Amino acid sequence: MQKSLHIDPNKCTGCLQCEMACAWENHRSFTIAKSRIKVFTFHKEGRFVPYTCTQCDEAWCMTACPVDAIRLDPVTGAKIVLEPTCVGCKVCTIACPFGTINYVASTGKVQKCDLCDGEPACAKACPTGAITYVDADWTGLGKMRQWAGKTDTNPATV
Amino acid sequence: MAWTKNVLRVNLETGTCTTEPLNMQWAQDYLGQRGLATKYLVSEIDPKVDPFSPKNKLIFVTGPLTGTMAATGGRYSVVTKGPLTGAIACSNSGGYFGAELKFAGWDMVILEGASPKPVYLLINDGKAELVDASHLWGKTVWETEETIKAQHQDPQIRVAAIGRAGENRVLYAAIVNDLHRAAGRSGVGAVMGSKNLKAVAVRGTRTDAYQMANPEAFFAATEAGKKVLAANGVTGQGLPTYGTQVLMNVINELGALPTRNHREVQFEGAHDISGEAMHEKRPTDGKANLVTNGACFGCTIACGRISRMDPGHFSVKDKPQYHGASGGVEYEAAWALGAANGVNDLEALTYANFLCNEDGFDPITFGATVGAAMELYEMGVLTEQEVGFKLPFGSTEAMVKLAELTAKGEGFGKVMGLGSKRLCTKYGHPELSMTVKSQEFPAYDGRSLQGMGLAYATSNRGACHLRGYMVSPEVLGIPVKMEPQATEGKPAMLKAFQDLTAVVDSAGICLFTTFAWGLADIQPQIQAACEGDWSEERLLLVGERIWNMEREFNLAAGFTAKDDSLPPRLMKEPAQTGPQKGAVSKLDVMLPEYYQVRGWTKDGVPTAETRKRLGV
Repeated sequence: MQKSLHIDPNKCTGCLQCEMACAWENHRSFTIAKSRIKVFTFHKEGRFVPYTCTQCDEAWCMTACPVDAIRLDPVTGAKIVLEPTCVGCKVCTIACPFGTINYVASTGKVQKCDLCDGEPACAKACPTGAITYVDADWTGLGKMRQWAGKTDTNPATV
Repeated sequence: MAWTKNVLRVNLETGTCTTEPLNMQWAQDYLGQRGLATKYLVSEIDPKVDPFSPKNKLIFVTGPLTGTMAATGGRYSVVTKGPLTGAIACSNSGGYFGAELKFAGWDMVILEGASPKPVYLLINDGKAELVDASHLWGKTVWETEETIKAQHQDPQIRVAAIGRAGENRVLYAAIVNDLHRAAGRSGVGAVMGSKNLKAVAVRGTRTDAYQMANPEAFFAATEAGKKVLAANGVTGQGLPTYGTQVLMNVINELGALPTRNHREVQFEGAHDISGEAMHEKRPTDGKANLVTNGACFGCTIACGRISRMDPGHFSVKDKPQYHGASGGVEYEAAWALGAANGVNDLEALTYANFLCNEDGFDPITFGATVGAAMELYEMGVLTEQEVGFKLPFGSTEAMVKLAELTAKGEGFGKVMGLGSKRLCTKYGHPELSMTVKSQEFPAYDGRSLQGMGLAYATSNRGACHLRGYMVSPEVLGIPVKMEPQATEGKPAMLKAFQDLTAVVDSAGICLFTTFAWGLADIQPQIQAACEGDWSEERLLLVGERIWNMEREFNLAAGFTAKDDSLPPRLMKEPAQTGPQKGAVSKLDVMLPEYYQVRGWTKDGVPTAETRKRLGV
C-alpha cells in the first residue's frame, strides 16, 4: 500500500514540532529555516496550515530538471532530489506550481520533501494528528467517516 | 552542547555590537535564561541604579532547551531592574521569537546605555546592527512588526517590540513578540523605551549554533515528556480546550476570585467572562468569541486563545482593524480586566486585551489599576472632572476608555500608566493599592488561598503567580492537596515551588508543563541536552541559588523584610462570602517559618551559612 502525507489544518496549533523534526531529519539541527514543511499562520483568521510537497504523479519538478536529478522512489512514491547530481540551477523551483521545492544556499542544491523513506518525521512529531501518513487511496476516509456519522440512517428510532 | 556559547553585547550609546563568549562557569551554576541573565545583570549594574538610567541594562535571554523539540521549548526572558517595583524584573514570553534568537546563534543579548535616537536591533545570524527607527516611533507593536518585515522583504523575521506604552514609559509596559505574546510584567517594556530601542528583529538560519549533548537520550526523554503532557487532564485537555481560563469558574466557586479591588472574593459575573463562555455562541452574530487554540514554539499543550470579537460591539463598531482574530483573554487578563473592576462584558475584555497586545502593556497591572481607580472614584476621592468621565465599578465604557487612553498616553491615561501604588498614593490612599512591592496581584485572593498570600509577599518581582504557584496544591491538589486555609507545611512547599520554578524558568521551557511534569520528568531532558552532570539535587540547588541571588539584589536595592507584606485589606478585612468566608491572611504565622526554611535571618537576610552553601 502506498501512503500519502495527509494534512488537516483544523487540528494544527502552530507549534512547529513538524518543522523541527524535518530540519533534524535532514540537517541534524532544529533550525526551522531548513525545514521542508512549513506551517503558515493566518493570524487574522485564526488558522494554522502546514504545507509541503504532495508528491505529484506527473511531477513538474521532475519533468523540468535538466540533469535528471529528481527521481521517483517507486516504494513511497516520493520524488527525491539526488544531491550529487543536482547542479542548483533552480529550474525546478520555477516549474513547481506549489513552491514546495526550494534552493538551499548553504549546500548549493535544492531540497524537497522525500517522505523520509516512508517514515515521515513530521507526522511522527505532530502532537495533534494534523499531519498523518495514511493510505494514499483513502486520504478522505477520516472526513467521510465524520460525515457518515452525521447521516441519519434510522429515522424511525428518533 | 545546548548553549550557543555566544553573547551579543550591544552598546546603544555608541551603536556598537560585539560578540563575547558565554561565561560557561556561570552556565554551570545558573543553567540559562532567568538564572544566567540575572547573574550577568547583578554582576554588571548597581542595585540602586534608577531603572530608567542608561546605566540600567536590558537582557534578552534563552535557555538550553529553547529552540529544541522539548515540549514548550521556545521560551525566552527579559531581565532588567524594573521600574514598577525597583526590584529585579524578569519577564518570560513564548511565541516564536526566543527560538529564532537561538537559531541565529545567541544565548543572550545584553543591551546597555541608551541610544541618542530611536533604533531597532536587527540580527541576521551572526550579523547584528542598529537601524534607525525614527519612522517607527509612535507606532504600535502591530504596525512595527508589519513595517520591519516589509522593509526587509522577509516575512520570516521574528519581532519583539514595544508599543506606545513602552515609549511613554508606562510603568507596566510590556515587550510583545509575534503580535500577541508578551514579556508582560514589571515594566520591562518601559526600560526598553527609556533606551530608545523600539524593537529587536531576528532571523536565524544557522544549523551549527548548538547541539544536543546526547541526541538519542534527548529524544527518548522529550518523547516521554510529551506523553505525560498528553495524558494529563490539565495539560492534555483542560488547557487546550479552555486555556488558563479553565480556572475562572473554579476559582470563583472556591471564593478566591478577587472582585472590585479585592473588596470581595466572588464575582457574580464570573461565568460571563469564563473559558466556557468563550466557547458559547453570541446571540448577536451567532459566533463564539473563541476561534481556536494556538501554541507557542514547540508547545504540545497549546493553551493560547485566538479570539474574534463581535464586530457590532460598541467598542469596535467603527474600527475594522479589530474585526479579525487575534490573541484572546487568558485567565489573568480576564480577571484583571473583568472581575477586578466588576466588568462582565467578554467582548470588552477581549478588546482591552487586544489593546494591551497592540500597544504593549500588562493587562494584569492595568486592570487592577482600573479597579483601584474605581474604588477611589466611588469614595469621592477621584472625581469625574479629573478623569473626564464617570468611573463606577462595573462600567464597561469606562474600562474600555481607560485602556484606549493608557495605550495612547493621553488624558487620564497618563496617571493610569503609573500603576495603582502611585495612583492611590497620589490621592492619599496608598492602602487601597492591591500590590506587593508596588506590583499588582494577579487573579487569586491571598486571603482565600493562604499559600498564595505568602507567595505574593515573598516574590522577588513583586506580587506574582508565576514565582511559586501555590494554587497547584491549594486548588488542584498538585503534587498533594493542601487545604486553602491551612498554614502548616506551606512555607516549605512554597520554597520547593519557588526553587523548581526558577529551574524551569532557566531551562527554556514553560512553567505550565509543571501541571503534569515533576522534576523527574524535566531532569532527563536537561541532562540529555546539556553537558555535565545535572542531577535533580543539583538542579534544585541551582533554583535555590537563583532565588537567593535575586533576593540579595533586592536587599542591596533597598528592600527589607517590611516589604514582604500584604495590603491591610488582606490582613484585616475578612472574605465576605463563599467557602473561605471569614478568612484573612495568616502571613504573620507563615513568614517567620518561611525565612527559617530559606536559611535566612529573622530579618529576611540569607545567613552566612546559606550564602556559603549556595555560593552566592
